[in-house]
Amino acid sequence: MADQNESIPAQEQAAAQDPAAQKNAQLLALLHRLFGADAFTDVEEPYGLLTATTTRERIHDIIEGLQKDEELQLNFLTTMCGMHFPDRPGQELGMVYHLHSLTQNIRLRLKIFFPIADPVAPTLTDLYATANWMEREAFDFYGIIFPGHPNLMRILNVEDMDYHPMRKEYALEDGTREDKTDLFFGR
Amino acid sequence: MAVNDTLEGTHKIIESAREQEPRLNPLAPTVNDFNQELTTLNLGPTHPATHGIFQNILQMDGERIVAGVPTIGYIHRAFEKIAERRPFYQITPLTDRMNYCSSPINNMGWHMTVEKLLGVEVPKRAQYIRVILMELARITDHLICNGILGVDTGAFTGFLYLMDEREKVYEIYEEVSGARLTTNMGRVGGMERDFSDVAIAKLRAWLKTFPAVMAEFEKMFNRNRIFMDRVVDVGGISAERALNYGFTGPNLRAAGVDYDVRVMNPYSSYQDFEFEIPVGTKGDTYDRFMVRNEEIWQSLRIITQALENLPQGPYHADAPHFYLPPKQAVYQNMEALIYHFKIVMGEIDAPVGEVYHSVEGGNGELGFYLVSDGGRTPYRLHFRRPCFIYYQAYTEMVVGQTLSDAIVTLSSMNVIAGELDA
Repeated sequence: MADQNESIPAQEQAAAQDPAAQKNAQLLALLHRLFGADAFTDVEEPYGLLTATTTRERIHDIIEGLQKDEELQLNFLTTMCGMHFPDRPGQELGMVYHLHSLTQNIRLRLKIFFPIADPVAPTLTDLYATANWMEREAFDFYGIIFPGHPNLMRILNVEDMDYHPMRKEYALEDGTREDKTDLFFGR
Repeated sequence: MAVNDTLEGTHKIIESAREQEPRLNPLAPTVNDFNQELTTLNLGPTHPATHGIFQNILQMDGERIVAGVPTIGYIHRAFEKIAERRPFYQITPLTDRMNYCSSPINNMGWHMTVEKLLGVEVPKRAQYIRVILMELARITDHLICNGILGVDTGAFTGFLYLMDEREKVYEIYEEVSGARLTTNMGRVGGMERDFSDVAIAKLRAWLKTFPAVMAEFEKMFNRNRIFMDRVVDVGGISAERALNYGFTGPNLRAAGVDYDVRVMNPYSSYQDFEFEIPVGTKGDTYDRFMVRNEEIWQSLRIITQALENLPQGPYHADAPHFYLPPKQAVYQNMEALIYHFKIVMGEIDAPVGEVYHSVEGGNGELGFYLVSDGGRTPYRLHFRRPCFIYYQAYTEMVVGQTLSDAIVTLSSMNVIAGELDA
């Protein structure tokens, strides 16, 4: 789209004067100081929200460190959810964490990716009570297993379901049914 | 008692409850005295007092709750999956059906998320109209929550008073969008139509009459001895636990944390208005009730300011690629017909990117996490539903209390089944 290409320099210009961009720079400096620059890859700021990718080996320590950090107090886990990218070999599944500092009003988005053959991610239930159901939801929808979770069972779907329905290989309609077709609905 | 929805955790809680002395009622026999067994009680899924379809399996020692397991998912409709197959503007009806007590907030939150992704700037008049509608929605949400809390404590009159007022707000919705409950209000890029004169007249009339009714309702409840006996020090949660549990909205503010998305991350011109954030101290049922009452007054302040300063100008952005054109223009104007077709058939792609946008919903921070791969539909859409997040804490809040306390705690938390399950 033409408009989009034109607006990119304008966005960058606005970001330089934006206090949110300065906060992001401050946050990134803190992240690098606490956990080392090599802990984060793909650092970007889509729509002003600092986003970084890390590994599942480090994510628990990073979130624990941010929770206990006195300077920024990123101690509010806004949300976390699973993702599935079938086109990325070795990194098919992912988890996204949104953290928020209620005192400084800084948000941070962290991501981890791991292979679908080994769908294991560390649990955050020891840090945040709110992670309990969010992890159950990620397990329910994507089959991500959280070792150490106190009660990892399906939460929204029925217990005897044998697949994880939010993965991309499952179509919206039940593929085994022949009595209905969505051929005519433009989907 | 942090991990009380495990079997092991349940046993631990039962053990600690056995050891707990002194009892709430010192005359009541302890478990050890009679060697009696605990009762398992299913609160819900379809009991009227649960206000929706979710189940709480409670372990009762007489009238006292010693442990509980919440079970949800009874009306799960797979909105996140359905959204992956729908063009952006067709997702609005899905958001209606999440928190159906305040569907305009859900609609506007979703539209703002898409506008952020597309980089669409909404004109001031549309923003003010959105603020008015969102605050009306907040008021109706709080009205039904507080009215039902009255019903659960045995006072039906307040509920009737407030439902009458909600009805009048629904008439305003009807004037603006044509619908009452699932409003499907607004469009990506602004409003579907401008406030009509009738809508403004209805709104002004309601603003005149509502405060007296609200004052009467408060007079009936706020210092009512019977009501206070039922709700003070019931279902409390500390600020630390509330934050750890991810509480937002009135439930968090009742615990004493003044976090409000409208102030911290202003959207839709909220920075133009003067209002206060009411906070409680103990986080108990009474505090939640009072915080919601006070928020209704603050919302009225915002609506009054927005209505007085309603700017002139267009009520939608000039974004023909994404704003669904008015139906009359589609009939008469070739360009509008083309864009209508292109938008409805989803032929216009969105930019690649990921957005998180949150609004202050009736229950707290309602967030939308949207990943776009450049197609006509979201690649991944995650709703941060405040109900889903804070309902986890329910058993921790009611353990050690009586069954009647559990009922009022549930209704004061304002758990909306549609939002809980999505």
